[in-house]
Amino acid sequence: MGFLHQAFVITVKDLRAELRTKEAVNSSFAFALVILLLFSFAFDSFEETTQQMAGGLLWIVFAFAGTLILNRSFARELPNDCLDALIAAPISGAALFLGKAVANFILVMAVELISLPVFGIFSNVHWTRQFPELMLVLVLGSWGMTIIGTIFSALTVNIRLREVMLPMLTYPILIPPLMGAMQLTSGLVAGTPIAPDTVVWLKVLIGFDVVYTAVSLFLVETVLVG
Amino acid sequence: MSAVAVDGVWKYYGDYPALKNIRLTAERGACLALIGRNGAGKTTLLRIIAGFNRPGRGQVRIFGHEPRETDTRRQIGFLGHGISVYDELSAFENLKLYAELYNLPDPRGSATEWLERTGLARVSGGLVREFSRGMRQRLAVARAFLHEPSVLLLDEPFTALDDKAIAVLQRLLREALAQGKTIVMSTHQLREALELSSHVAMLNRGQVAFHGPCTPEMVSDPGYVYARYGEG
Repeated sequence: MGFLHQAFVITVKDLRAELRTKEAVNSSFAFALVILLLFSFAFDSFEETTQQMAGGLLWIVFAFAGTLILNRSFARELPNDCLDALIAAPISGAALFLGKAVANFILVMAVELISLPVFGIFSNVHWTRQFPELMLVLVLGSWGMTIIGTIFSALTVNIRLREVMLPMLTYPILIPPLMGAMQLTSGLVAGTPIAPDTVVWLKVLIGFDVVYTAVSLFLVETVLVG
Repeated sequence: MSAVAVDGVWKYYGDYPALKNIRLTAERGACLALIGRNGAGKTTLLRIIAGFNRPGRGQVRIFGHEPRETDTRRQIGFLGHGISVYDELSAFENLKLYAELYNLPDPRGSATEWLERTGLARVSGGLVREFSRGMRQRLAVARAFLHEPSVLLLDEPFTALDDKAIAVLQRLLREALAQGKTIVMSTHQLREALELSSHVAMLNRGQVAFHGPCTPEMVSDPGYVYARYGEG
């Protein structure tokens, strides 16, 4: 069985398990909805400054809501010692990691895509004006978030306070891609396409994703087995 | 070449040595019962043999190879304290998943066959979370045996099994031994284990206190090894 097929089997398994319980997705979406609602009360959506911060507010919601999904990633393997069986199986740690990362990415993207129209309504933002570019930023930002969340989910899986540890470990590392995603999203939801002066943030996002995906795939076997 | 060779293995938890210079072998077709009091290091040793943890010092070889090598992992079946099946998936989905991960030629056929062999065919579509404890244990046994491993590592396999599951497991273990497979099992159920075993190793505070063939005295009096080599 090839590397990609191994990863695909893990992705299907994780998605199937999550869709049966909806533990992570429901809590993540409920959290996103509540925060978006509170932001709409806290900030006057017709103020120009609020429009300028829209990208920042949106990614704060995505980062926090995404953590609820990422926390469950390897924790899902704990109840019946399923992680032992996965480690024992003749698949590479990298395939296991990639499969889980893809499943997490799909779940995170689903929550984000449902939250986006809600954000548009609550914050009076016409988010569809630069839709393809916004999707590109969403995909790149979410992949970076997912990769870091998944590798640290593996690292903290046997720690008693993993729900607390995961955000403490991931958010500092996620500062560069979140800054890039916030900058780009603020412009895009205001109707401004990515320009030469903002393209550097796109490069930051791509660079971060490539580097951390490669590093995570390389290190995950050591993380899992020690 | 031994099926399982443990050579000078040490394992530390912080400064505490859980295993001290363990040397053991199990030949092809042998059944090695790993016995010892709670905390003697049986589970730690089995996890190192299975490749879940790396030893601090020393090495483990399965048919001459490192346990983490992909081809070696295909030859190992591990049944630990947890059942290692997913509550949210059905019995069939669980076995098919592992059949795919072990790259078996017909995952659906293998899953169906092992559900029948463990008496779970009629509940193949049921979610594991709805199963009784005995049914879950039988599914765990099917999961461990599914890929026809050459080396079976079993951590207290008879604990918490119902009568039917014990009968299923004993039958499968006898079949495995008849096929020349190697079994290493830790256990407190000495009578069940010694009936199957060809060799016994006793761990005491992380060290091998005894390692040798299983004798008629041991089978007739399961407390014999503890009385002679342990702390009574």
